Amino acid sequence: MTRMPVAPPDADLRALIDAHLHLEGPLLPILHALQEAYGHVPEAARPLIAEALNISRAELHGVISFYHDFREVPAGRHVVKICRAEACQAVGGTSLADAALDRLGVGWHGTTANGAVTIEPVYCLGLCACGPAAMVDGQVVGRLDAARLDALLTEAGA
Amino acid sequence: MRIYVPGDSAARSVGADKVAVAIAVEAAARGMDVQIVRNGTRGMIWLEPLVEIDRGQGREAFGPVAVEDVSALLDGTLVGLGPTDDLDWMKRQTRLTFARCGVIDPLSLADYEAHGGLSGLRRAAGMTGVEIVEEVTASGLRGRGGAGFPTGIKWKTVLGAEAPQKYIVCNADEGDSGTFADRMIMEGDPFTLIEGMAIAGLGVGATRGYVYLRSEYPDAIEVMNAAVRIARDAGVLGADVVGSGRAFDMEIRVGAGAYVCGEETSLLNSLEGKRGVVRAKPPLPALEGLFGRPTVVNNVISLATVPVIFEKGAQHYADFGLGRSRGTATLQIAGNVARGGLFETAFGISLGEVVNDIGGGTASGRPVKAVQVGGPLGAYMPVSKFDTPMGYEEFDQNGGLIGHAGLVVFDDSADMLKMARFAMEFCAVESCGKCTPCRIGAVRGVETIDRIAQGDAGAAALLTDLCETMKDGSLCALGGFTPFPVMSALTHFPDDFATAKEAAE
Ligand SMILES: Cc1cc2nc3c(=O)[nH]c(=O)nc-3n(C[C@H](O)[C@H](O)[C@H](O)COP(=O)(O)O)c2cc1C
Ligand code: SF4
Ligand code: FES
Repeated sequence: MTRMPVAPPDADLRALIDAHLHLEGPLLPILHALQEAYGHVPEAARPLIAEALNISRAELHGVISFYHDFREVPAGRHVVKICRAEACQAVGGTSLADAALDRLGVGWHGTTANGAVTIEPVYCLGLCACGPAAMVDGQVVGRLDAARLDALLTEAGA
Repeated sequence: MRIYVPGDSAARSVGADKVAVAIAVEAAARGMDVQIVRNGTRGMIWLEPLVEIDRGQGREAFGPVAVEDVSALLDGTLVGLGPTDDLDWMKRQTRLTFARCGVIDPLSLADYEAHGGLSGLRRAAGMTGVEIVEEVTASGLRGRGGAGFPTGIKWKTVLGAEAPQKYIVCNADEGDSGTFADRMIMEGDPFTLIEGMAIAGLGVGATRGYVYLRSEYPDAIEVMNAAVRIARDAGVLGADVVGSGRAFDMEIRVGAGAYVCGEETSLLNSLEGKRGVVRAKPPLPALEGLFGRPTVVNNVISLATVPVIFEKGAQHYADFGLGRSRGTATLQIAGNVARGGLFETAFGISLGEVVNDIGGGTASGRPVKAVQVGGPLGAYMPVSKFDTPMGYEEFDQNGGLIGHAGLVVFDDSADMLKMARFAMEFCAVESCGKCTPCRIGAVRGVETIDRIAQGDAGAAALLTDLCETMKDGSLCALGGFTPFPVMSALTHFPDDFATAKEAAE
């Protein structure tokens, strides 16, 4: 399910953009701040950023689309990132991830029908000595097993 | 009584926060006078949450501690591991870079100084740029981010460049699976990195620094930001670094989930607010780096090792090691291993000793099948290569690379065809798109491996050719080194590539 976000007022967006203009290379900090505030990079912010940084909208789109982090639409209420990288694979991460996708009935980057959970792959969380690892809304979880992951998904409302 | 409960994210991921709360609640209920310190991790990750108690006679270790153990812990009846410093894992290490990690309160500058912190920077403040660079050169320090390039030579190039602005950029993108040394030191001893960057700044004449820190590390971002503020308030950063009359200040910048941004020129583009596409070299970043200015780009561990070199002297550091690999390797032992964690020791120890003796073999108890050393672009080393000493040249001669010194252990249930396929898939997902052999080749690689799996007899030769093309035609190591894991899997574990074929026949 894709929730159509309400466009935030230009004044708010502009204030947020302006707050970063004193930085060297302000674009990534701006995009992070927008995503932090709105859960995605609002479409309405694009012309404002392009204007403030004096870059073309195509160039801006090129940057936003290059990075895995930036979203064009908001994620579900909870974001569960499961590590797919080698050290977690070595301790059963792959079957754990497959089971989670099965249970949610979505693929990677998918959001459950009730909008509760978006599931994303992540390539290493630096928890490689206590895998399989995941991150739920920015909170790290290590030594995952099927029961624990199931409980986390239930808690998230999936 | 002081109780240490790590605030490191590995410890938190296995319940350290709950344990810390339980200790606080239980101690308060009993009216006990307990001070809880959220230290970094000692690196014994299999024992996390590892709680230490200091009753005035040194620190005693307990772990892994669960919330249910807290009562007994405070009663003094929980069976412990003994004094932390007497543990085999700790005693066998040479902790130079990680000397303070897990020992001190990460954000206490007073603690930091009491454990030798800032003495390196103070010494550097009395030296000229040339002397500082010579000291680093004499230590033999080589870049810990992957390529092993001599740090002193890089600094010398930047020192010699004339420009109105120079930069120190710390590469904290740590995207390699099996690595967490950067994260551990940023969370556990952040001032070490700040001090190292300040020394680099004084050395090459750079007044500004950036840490490019991956977004997957929210805890490290928080700690580093706090540490920079504290350092600035204390005059360690700013217009007059530790009273030297010289300026250096720095900022933390957050990555955006692109593995390739760990490549230094891609990282610089990203810092500038561009797509993280790799730049052709020359020009070297040392001459034309961030915003076209001379720039030192170094890994976290390279920079975090600089303070101890200045504190103890270049010779002290250079006295450890093997051949041209001087000093210590900060080994990260991960994957299917009984004792995983961070182990710092002089270069020269053998791969087998690390995996079997220090790591204790697999966690599953099954035989070791392969160890991937150096991240997703590193080779799968079979057990027959376990006598390879940890050293840049020694690994190279054995078809591998040390990289950021992460080791991922696999037991005999691993399917090496799947691991080879994953390497290609990862390269396809993360390619910056600049070169065809990487962007398209990796996708073809996945398809070709699928054909091998389906029993296509000719596909293995095709895969070998494809790997040659990727090696020769890629601008950076993402496309250029992905053939390492793929070809090592194919070469050392041919059975895994033959089973489907034979079954089909
Ligand atoms: C695809 C790719 C990813 C890389 N990722 C990292 C990384 O995450 N951290 C790092 O320090 N170096 C990484 N490197 C190596 C850097 O390009 C560069 O060599 C390093 O930052 C230099 O610092 P050092 O000399 O201190 O090692 C990567 C290289 C490539 C090709
Ligand atoms: S090898 Fe791949 S990641 Fe590296 S520059 Fe070429 S396309 Fe980009
Ligand atoms: S490989 Fe999963 S946390 Fe590093």
